[in-house]
Amino acid sequence: MMARKPNEARIVITGVGLTAPNGNNLAEFRESLLAGKSGIQKFNVRYMGEVLAGVCHFDPLKYQKKKELRRGTRAGSVAIYCAQEAIADAKLDLACLDKSRIGVYVGITEHGNVDTEKQIYEIKQFDYNTTFVSHHYNPRIVANNPAGEVTLNMGITGPHYTLGAACAGGNIGLIQGLQMLLLGEVDLALAGGVSETIHAFGAFASFRSEGALASHADPEKACRPFDKNRNGVVVSEGGCIYLVERLGDALKRGARIYGEIVGYAINSDAFDFVLPNAQRQAECMKLALNKAGISAGDIDIINTHATGTREGDAAECQAIREVFGNHINVYINNTKSYIGHTMGAAAALELAGNLPSFEDHIVHPTINLDHLDPECPLNNLVINEPRKVDKVNYILNNSFGMLGLNSVVIIKRFGE
Amino acid sequence: MTKEEIKSVLMEIVAQIIPDEDLTNLKGDIPIREQVELDSMDFLDIIMELRKRYGIEVPEDDYMQLATIDSSVAYLEPRMRDL
Repeated sequence: MMARKPNEARIVITGVGLTAPNGNNLAEFRESLLAGKSGIQKFNVRYMGEVLAGVCHFDPLKYQKKKELRRGTRAGSVAIYCAQEAIADAKLDLACLDKSRIGVYVGITEHGNVDTEKQIYEIKQFDYNTTFVSHHYNPRIVANNPAGEVTLNMGITGPHYTLGAACAGGNIGLIQGLQMLLLGEVDLALAGGVSETIHAFGAFASFRSEGALASHADPEKACRPFDKNRNGVVVSEGGCIYLVERLGDALKRGARIYGEIVGYAINSDAFDFVLPNAQRQAECMKLALNKAGISAGDIDIINTHATGTREGDAAECQAIREVFGNHINVYINNTKSYIGHTMGAAAALELAGNLPSFEDHIVHPTINLDHLDPECPLNNLVINEPRKVDKVNYILNNSFGMLGLNSVVIIKRFGE
Repeated sequence: MTKEEIKSVLMEIVAQIIPDEDLTNLKGDIPIREQVELDSMDFLDIIMELRKRYGIEVPEDDYMQLATIDSSVAYLEPRMRDL
């Protein structure tokens, strides 16, 4: 039994702001997940024509002026929407907060590709004359852009930066927020991840060249993790930013607490640019369990990272079997099957989709699973239909990225 | 292009650059930046639009001549007369 931590050393989630291809707040998103509603659609991309993608339909003018939209990036706009929604959801009044004590930590897979492609397209119309490169280009493509736009929009003067962490970005943004709170650097953290990737052709084209871009006659069935007939990744945009704070502060102001971040881990495969490594993934999950001071059997839900690729899904299943093999009460699901791969936002968004399980005791399923791949056998994989369970005390959220970057976050149902 | 046409083009460009501002009462003889929120990056957008649409290069030394709508029209008229 671990010693009880003081409230200043316990970090809780008290606000959620999100936009997903199938919902623009947690209630809508959860409703879609329980109804099996996908957010994948046909989408036109420069040079490639029609592809399949997850597209968000939030109203950017809810929090931004038209000029801000013209100046900024899509990732910035997504981040602003999510950060503002998180503050509102946490029932905080920005005008009454010490804005120098708020930190903004946004996970990204990449940033700048969208505007780089756009600039090259623009100057092509002028025979590649570089005097036509926009003066807005630099502030749009600096790596801190999505987090920086949040501070400009909200008047936050505390630290801001992004965490470049491939598809593990959302978990790592959240972990960074937690760590800065523990260090006492800030009093509130806006932490999570965003993605604007669908607005550049590069990711689609590169996944296609890898033989890893999903295709299906029905867009809503294109993302099919663990299915024998899966054929790759559906690239999506999205965002999820949490308001996180120290438990003592949350209790003092009577905040609604979604859950406590009790465990986390980040490690590296040191193995390959793109191929996963089950052994290191298993080690990462074990590290997070150790940090939380719990054992594998304590976990109630695992949100898998699985993206719908042959190697990736199978490796994660192997890693899960190694860590959780004998525990029959651990339910496993997948959220990408609904929304595709929201890249830098994926970890944060997928975790959010599961948080209501603490209250409603329902595990949303992985959808589009018609023929389970024999390489992906898992106990209690929740397939196609939501599962009502007796209790949900711990959620484990896997998120892995290229260059062998693994991340795991464990959230505990809040109970003092 | 006539002076009126040039003014109309300028107003369209400014409206596009600062879409939240009401330009109905914009006075031609008072610096634009004293009447509406238009910062230096917005101003560079005007320069870029003139370059993109009409191939007009405005040297940095001449930027002051684009301070008001009227002075802009006067400055641009000889350069846009034959367009």
